[in-house]
Amino acid sequence: MCLAVPMKVVSVKGNTAVAEFGGLKKEVNVELVAGVKKGDYLIIHAGCAIEKLDRDYAEETLSLLGGLKK
Amino acid sequence: MKYLSEYRNSAAMKRLAGAIRREAEGLGRSVNIMEVCGTHTMAIGRYGIRKMLPGSIKLLSGPGCPVCVTPGGYLDRAIEFSRLPGTVIATFGDMVRVPGSYSSLEKEHAAGNNIRVVYSPLESLDLAERFPDKKIIFLGVGFETTSPAAAISLKEAGKRGIKNFYIFSGHKRILPAMELLLKSEEVKIDAFICPGHVSAVIGSRPYEFIPEKHNVSCVVSGFEPLDILQSILMVIRIMAKGEKPRVENQYRRVVREKGNRRALALLSEVFEEADTEWRGIGTIEKSGLVLKKTYGDYDALKEFPVKVKKTGEDKRCICGDILRGIKNPADCILFGRECNPENPAGPCMVSSEGTCAAFYRYGNGR
Amino acid sequence: MHSLIRDIFLRHFKGEILNKLDDSAILAKISEKYTVSFTTDSYTVNPLFFPGGDIGKLAVCGTVNDISVTGAEPLFLSCSVIVEEGFETAALEKVAESMSKTAKQAGVEVVTGDFKVVEKGKMDRLFINTAALGVSEKGVETGINLIKPGDMVIINGYMGDHELAVLLARGDFSIKSDIKSDCAPLNGLIQNILRKSPGGIRFMRDPTRGGVATTLNEIAGNASFGICLYEKEIPVREESAALCEMLGFDPLYLANEGKVIIISSKEAAGGILSEMKKHRYGKNSRIIGEVVGQPSGRVILNTAAGSRRIVDMLSGSQLPRIC
Repeated sequence: MCLAVPMKVVSVKGNTAVAEFGGLKKEVNVELVAGVKKGDYLIIHAGCAIEKLDRDYAEETLSLLGGLKK
Repeated sequence: MKYLSEYRNSAAMKRLAGAIRREAEGLGRSVNIMEVCGTHTMAIGRYGIRKMLPGSIKLLSGPGCPVCVTPGGYLDRAIEFSRLPGTVIATFGDMVRVPGSYSSLEKEHAAGNNIRVVYSPLESLDLAERFPDKKIIFLGVGFETTSPAAAISLKEAGKRGIKNFYIFSGHKRILPAMELLLKSEEVKIDAFICPGHVSAVIGSRPYEFIPEKHNVSCVVSGFEPLDILQSILMVIRIMAKGEKPRVENQYRRVVREKGNRRALALLSEVFEEADTEWRGIGTIEKSGLVLKKTYGDYDALKEFPVKVKKTGEDKRCICGDILRGIKNPADCILFGRECNPENPAGPCMVSSEGTCAAFYRYGNGR
Repeated sequence: MHSLIRDIFLRHFKGEILNKLDDSAILAKISEKYTVSFTTDSYTVNPLFFPGGDIGKLAVCGTVNDISVTGAEPLFLSCSVIVEEGFETAALEKVAESMSKTAKQAGVEVVTGDFKVVEKGKMDRLFINTAALGVSEKGVETGINLIKPGDMVIINGYMGDHELAVLLARGDFSIKSDIKSDCAPLNGLIQNILRKSPGGIRFMRDPTRGGVATTLNEIAGNASFGICLYEKEIPVREESAALCEMLGFDPLYLANEGKVIIISSKEAAGGILSEMKKHRYGKNSRIIGEVVGQPSGRVILNTAAGSRRIVDMLSGSQLPRIC
């Protein structure tokens, strides 16, 4: 019940933003996420942003998983 | 696709699977891990995750498919709404083929009633604006990931002065169902993998009563195969080290401990908790969301009183047992024979992320 | 739908040729030197015009391709148009123009046709039926019965673009994208590879409704072999993959209108692939799988993660989901 994709904000206007994902562009509602700006990655579900992606944590997770040796 | 594809790296998946195997060997006993999110069910099927795990780890699928747990009565009522003059039913694609007691939205559409598939409730609001002489009824189905979008639509309706937009709320909360499963003890659950996007809204904190009261760990998990495998590894490590069960957040790039404050505030402004029926399970206390009286003008239940017969489901259909993780699709007499994606007997098969649909599509895994 | 065809039409029309349900009927009796192929198809699409094509282009390509995949060269088309009263003349002109342009590009001639108008409200704007006649020299034979374990499965490019382009063109999801339908006549491409490797091609089919997964299941369905796909090799355009992620679609099940699945012998596969890549409609050709002995009757996928899963037939069309 959680199908959502991370979309990159291209422009913001009030409660709406244009966001991009894999070459697709869509207008999305951003009123649930504070301080949205161009370049942010948002988790978009049913046309609405439910959270902002934290890039530091994203990188941390990836490097942790890459670091698993043996 | 940035922040998606990287979490599908096959070399990393193999390494994680190896690490899980080693930890599980050290643990030396079998473990039941339950996920309660249809998107997890699908991802596990799509990436063949079960086959990567040792035989001692059993992945159970719980009632995480909001379509599967929507009672037949809800569908019947939606169908009756669609038969009223001047109505348009706006729905997520997931609901279209779900059988009610005597029809489905797909069949109603074929019969000429107005059913429209939308990707967002906001689209159905646009429909209401474009067709002021029609009554647009949005079928609000989903867990906490989705109910904020419905709430946003209601507020927008108010702002834009749209009066022909209604919501038929079937929204549910996953936590009461998780608690019921633990209390009922029908199936042994050693740990939960918690739905990452529901948790983006509610936070990781609400799960804390689960390790506290029931000694079961909860790992909030993302949806990519690396996320799921890492979450399973986190569960096994807690158990292998003999540590006290606790809540862990694997999906830190999205989930905050306290959740999304704005979303939670909006939800409590628009909805209130109510006891609600779950298909195959029965009524669960405070597990549903209904529109508050202040939003009564948008409530389809108030605006469109329709008669719906109370009927039961096919007694041979064991979706209820499957949703509670007690049985497997393979245990069902109807599975693969009378019940298949083309002719679903129950919601677990027709919902694209229902357990039976996933099993049918992706094979049995282990 | 399959059951309606079987239970009603096959039952009444009874015939050895029809019962095969090939893409085109192969009529061996007509000539000593040539085998004649004959096919028909009807087209309804919403919307009528979409990025990369329109109903007219579809109607020509679909039928041309049905002839081509049996190894025959399409020569002549019939075109039957049924239109709702009041349908805009300008749009009709555009459709005719498109059909003419596509037929010319494919090197086929529309030689007969029909046109009817139906009372307003009694149908959905415009339907087209095309039938085609094609020929092949006797001796060129393809068939499912020729397929053996070890054979390779090849596709001529990206999957899913057509269905996604049409879906987006309906405007329901307000998503902006550059995805275009892949609608194209493939007779040129297919004739090239037949000339290059006449004995190397076991079977061909165009993966239209239900996508590659459904087509491969139709092929392997009652057979003594199975088909194994390699997920890493399956070509999907980045935008199309992204749209599938958003809406919850599986590209293996999306309809194509400019794609052909070729099952070739292992020895011929390399040569066929390089020949395909030379052609305009084969630039992104790939070997996507192979024919296996076990499990027979099944299509399986080797996932990028190294696990295996079953790829079943599609039931109904995919609908965008939130779960």
